[in-house]
Amino acid sequence: MAMRVQADDVKIGDVTIKVRRAGKGMPVLFLHGAGGYTQWLPFFHALTEHYEVIVPEHPGYGGSDDADLIRTIPDMAMFYLEFIETLGLDDIHLIGHSMGGWIAAEILVRDRSRVQSLTLIAPAGIRVLGVPSGDGFIWNAEESTRNLFHDQAYAEILLALKPSEEQVDTMLKNRFTSAKLGWKPRWYNPDLEKWLHRIRIPSLVVWGDDDKVMPTAYADLWQKRLPDVRLFIAKECGHLPHVEQDKIVTPHIQAFLKGIER
Amino acid sequence: MKFVSFHLMPYRPLDFEEASKHRSAWVVLPNSLYDPVKGADEYEAYINFLVDCEALGFDAISVNEHHQNAYGLMPAPNLIASALIQRTKTIKIAIIGRALPIQENPISIAEEYAMLDNLSRGRLICGFVRGIGAEYHSTGVNPYFSHARFHEAHDLIVQAWTKPGPFPFEGEHYNIRYVNLWPRPYQTPHPPIWIPSQGSTETVVWAADPSRKYPFLVTFSAMELVIRYLNTYRDQARQFGYEAEEGQFGWACPVYVADTDERARAEAGPAIEALYNNYLRMPMEMLLPPGYTSLQSMKNFFKMRTAIASGTKPTADSLISSGTALIGSVETVRSKIAEVRDKTGLGILLPMFQFGTLSDELAKRNVQLFADKVMPTLR
Repeated sequence: MAMRVQADDVKIGDVTIKVRRAGKGMPVLFLHGAGGYTQWLPFFHALTEHYEVIVPEHPGYGGSDDADLIRTIPDMAMFYLEFIETLGLDDIHLIGHSMGGWIAAEILVRDRSRVQSLTLIAPAGIRVLGVPSGDGFIWNAEESTRNLFHDQAYAEILLALKPSEEQVDTMLKNRFTSAKLGWKPRWYNPDLEKWLHRIRIPSLVVWGDDDKVMPTAYADLWQKRLPDVRLFIAKECGHLPHVEQDKIVTPHIQAFLKGIER
Repeated sequence: MKFVSFHLMPYRPLDFEEASKHRSAWVVLPNSLYDPVKGADEYEAYINFLVDCEALGFDAISVNEHHQNAYGLMPAPNLIASALIQRTKTIKIAIIGRALPIQENPISIAEEYAMLDNLSRGRLICGFVRGIGAEYHSTGVNPYFSHARFHEAHDLIVQAWTKPGPFPFEGEHYNIRYVNLWPRPYQTPHPPIWIPSQGSTETVVWAADPSRKYPFLVTFSAMELVIRYLNTYRDQARQFGYEAEEGQFGWACPVYVADTDERARAEAGPAIEALYNNYLRMPMEMLLPPGYTSLQSMKNFFKMRTAIASGTKPTADSLISSGTALIGSVETVRSKIAEVRDKTGLGILLPMFQFGTLSDELAKRNVQLFADKVMPTLR
């Protein structure tokens, strides 16, 4: 059970980022959402059984440098193409949550040659007219926490925690970077949807049925645009299916990865 | 000292009980609460009020820009300024100011200011601001780039006013192939530029720069902070190697005078509390969206907030005792202004005589008394 999670500083060009990894096997690259990296989740731990799980903190988040050259999610995608090349990752599974899902899609419309599969968990990046995403920039801290979950018991646990000064600083840093990347247009790139057909690799879209941040209605559009896609809607679940319903979601993702390995 | 009669033009007929059900009187307050018939009366009363300030001997009358709220009905202050120009003769018209970063093309600000300067034959004073945080919610402009866009838009506007056109402007946020203003401003090289601010160090340093020397107006702050910020500007000017002049120090604040302190407090108290607790009420997420201030200022703000008991509403008494609002007898108000002048070299006072729910009748009596008894002794 007690697996060592290695945390390294990795320099890509002039930007140094914090990268955590554990496990052995084919690499799974997980791209976190706008909330940043919080902890080594049970979801990551479960994946280490068969894979080397690599979880970087994006430039501008947590322990990573902020980078003036990264001003948009497409910039972030270019950064991760360099990251994948620099680390010599030739054959990987890519998983992205929320904003991280958006980054993953932007990577793959550019270059899918080193990636075997895509798993999107409640991804941002495209827009469904008439269904605006939740406004995490106007919600207060309590609303933001509550709106992450279907089961408010999870929110209560988080709300009871008193963050340290360092955690508050990290939260503010993450929030600034998220505004830079996602404020306008709000959480999508008008030029992404029309190229999603280029992601010609097996894809899985996972969504909670009660997502107040990225509405579940977005799942249909992803399903329509991705050429080789499966959809899994987790019941009684908010914006963090890999946390709130990890008992169901984790095996589903594991089975997907196993099923498509060449 | 120069005196500038400033107005926010609040929507007084607001249903406060209904409004209190919403997060703020900004951004999300449903505009079904706005009645255009009552609103038209408000505009008429406020414009008349400002026009009358010319005969009372003020140096300038002043308006500003705010969007999507009940706090100030001037999303387009230039429209009000245009009306004021037609109804006045010699008084200066100060717009303090236009919010530069929230415009997609700042050329329109340069053009409109230039038009107003022509229409008034050089009576225009141009304020440049960034807009308050809430305006990044209501316009959708990214607050992360607010400072960068402000500086770039400023450069574009000043160049458009002063550089022979056509010329290309090649910026990061604004790119215009042909900058060529018709009309050019009436004043040479351009209308005066004033910088209203809540005292951020970045703004002080920028405004005091020898290439600019822009008058720095501290807005709506406690007297102690007003003194501190204005002296920061003076010190900054000295660091730049020059002595700032009287005309570079400004202070905008609500003012109310009556025969006695008690009467002033009784007449203006509810109105000043409405300004702060009803019209200005907004959560931190609206006031300070990420990137609107530097990350360090934001971290400091969070530390302060945990240190001070949060959720305390300002009262008329607390606003009076902190000198945030100057409310009192002629002598009380005069001595407070004189105190700030003596401690800072203050040269421009921008009193706001109507605030919150204050009635036309009280606002008129207030401005009259101020013009008769306070203003002459401080000139």
